[in-house]
Amino acid sequence: MSTIEMTYRDAVRQTMVEEMDANPDVFLMGEDIGRYRGTFRVTEGLYDKYGVEKNDFIVPGIARRVVDTPIVEPGIVGFAIGAAMVGLRPIVEMMTMSFSILALDQIINHAAKIHYMTAGQAKVPLVVRGPGGAANQLSAQHSHSMEGWYAHVPGLKVVAPATPACAKGLLRTAIRDDNPVIFTENPGLYGIKGDVPEDREFSIPFGKARIARQGTDLSLIAYSRMVHVCLAAAEQLAERGISAEVVDVRSLLPLDTETIFASVAKTHRAVVVYEDWKNGGYGAEIAARIAEECFDDLDAPVGRVGGLNVPMPYSRVLELECIPNADDVLAAVNKIA
Amino acid sequence: MLFIRHFERFSERAYRQGKAGGYLHVYIGMEALAVGWLTQIRQGYDYVITAYRDHAHALLLGSDPVACMAEIMGRRGGLSRGKGGSMHLYDIPKGFFGGWGIVGGHTPLGAGLAFASKYRGEDRVTLNFLGDGAANAGVFFESLNMAALYDVPCIFIIENNEFAMGTRLEYHAADTELHKRGYPFGMKHERLDGMDLLQVRQDAKRIIDWVRENQKPYLVEIMTYRFVGHGAADNDQTLYRTKDEVESARQRDPIALLMDYLTSNNLMTREKIEAIDAETEAEAERVYEEADASPHPDPSEVYDDVYSDMTPEVGH
Repeated sequence: MSTIEMTYRDAVRQTMVEEMDANPDVFLMGEDIGRYRGTFRVTEGLYDKYGVEKNDFIVPGIARRVVDTPIVEPGIVGFAIGAAMVGLRPIVEMMTMSFSILALDQIINHAAKIHYMTAGQAKVPLVVRGPGGAANQLSAQHSHSMEGWYAHVPGLKVVAPATPACAKGLLRTAIRDDNPVIFTENPGLYGIKGDVPEDREFSIPFGKARIARQGTDLSLIAYSRMVHVCLAAAEQLAERGISAEVVDVRSLLPLDTETIFASVAKTHRAVVVYEDWKNGGYGAEIAARIAEECFDDLDAPVGRVGGLNVPMPYSRVLELECIPNADDVLAAVNKIA
Repeated sequence: MLFIRHFERFSERAYRQGKAGGYLHVYIGMEALAVGWLTQIRQGYDYVITAYRDHAHALLLGSDPVACMAEIMGRRGGLSRGKGGSMHLYDIPKGFFGGWGIVGGHTPLGAGLAFASKYRGEDRVTLNFLGDGAANAGVFFESLNMAALYDVPCIFIIENNEFAMGTRLEYHAADTELHKRGYPFGMKHERLDGMDLLQVRQDAKRIIDWVRENQKPYLVEIMTYRFVGHGAADNDQTLYRTKDEVESARQRDPIALLMDYLTSNNLMTREKIEAIDAETEAEAERVYEEADASPHPDPSEVYDDVYSDMTPEVGH
């Protein structure tokens, strides 16, 4: 499979373009995504491509397929749900996933339940995507990791890719899925580069974890940016003669327990790493599953590394204190090794 | 109108007899509103969405009454095979999109339905019903703004029955003329009567035609009154209104108004009307009995339709 190197940001954009070109029902909605080109520039150039060049506007100045919206998350998501119920395939950009808290009623109480409440009469092929987690001193209200909140909800699917290739493969699957999908990016990942398959049909099924690094002595289990933190920790462990396997969960709901359990069965030790608040985050669910199902395989209790249980502080020193890093992972490994 | 009234009486009976649980909100007193509007759209083509007082809307759009009553009873023969209940009736092939339980929460969905038809260049109109209580919700204002911003063919219809559950209009809305909610968004808006069916039909036709032609949203506030409690569990209406007030409102019972019109204009005899009344009541009873014969869902169906293509993790 021929590949091309690109950033995570470009992989997300390119996938949206490919799917919009392939299917006239796919369109984008969000705050500042059109004329302003997107807060993180993920939608750069799309207003020109789909609006100006095609002279295709829903009303003058607002592109039909790259819809600039007011700053009203419940309204945006509700609008998109309505459009999705009659077969359009909206991709909603959240400027940050922190703002999706305003839209929780629309996402949880509406989108996630429609297929069930209608007994399958209505599908909601909706993608809500955007950066989740801390960036650089965005402070308490803009640094949430929301994926664990959504992965709690039956009816949603939740993915959190760590690499450009995974972003591409999983976003294509998300756009083509007939159920509402939460696609969590991370502000710290947009600039990272990686090889991405050029095939316009390249996709990655949900519910398939990835072994990001092979190892034999212990399993580090993570998703999104924490995969890279675990890879750095694994590098340091290797210098100490410890072979760590890194499991990139990538799909939280559905969760690939098979791959996770197989890794634990091989290594007999596991540390789950997640950026969300440690208390009640999705890593706790993964740890519980391992404890429930792999008790006989384990040589030590399941370790957990999560974000500190505080609102994200502004000070860079304090912020870095909150976000798990490789040293935190090593400390957790030391407790069980 | 008569059938809706009798159907609603039987749905109340279902609740009293323990065949329906949860919440149940009937449309008694408000019939002319839904009848007037839903007979003026292109049924099956135009889109309709409403809140939880939704039985009349489903029936008027042609949903099988037995499937409606069976859903209210939580049976397998229901529109959603017992997954939705009274508040969540849906019949998508007939253009009925529910059936929603969060006050105001469905209003952006309705605007989104209208957006989809504009996106595709169709000339469908969406009727987006809500109650007077929902007219205060933030997301409703967001929906009005977005509908007007994108010029989508959506008619917001506030069914103003003067009560948000047990709270009277003047105690829940700072300005009780709810149609004015359209003004800040440059949206055409007016307050209309909802009790005189012939007038309601005329108003509905005029506005639906205008919206279809002009591809812009519209806000109407329609004055109506519910003769019964908010929900079947609303067991002390003296907390918010008097018997005299209800009696006085009943002077404009939409069914009585229409009967008077028909008899005083010699269009139908009192005897004929009474015969139709008895027939529809018998029909509603037949619907009730048939729905009651539908089996309860099998426990194994509990995971069906959480997703279109997968099952959640199984077990407690």
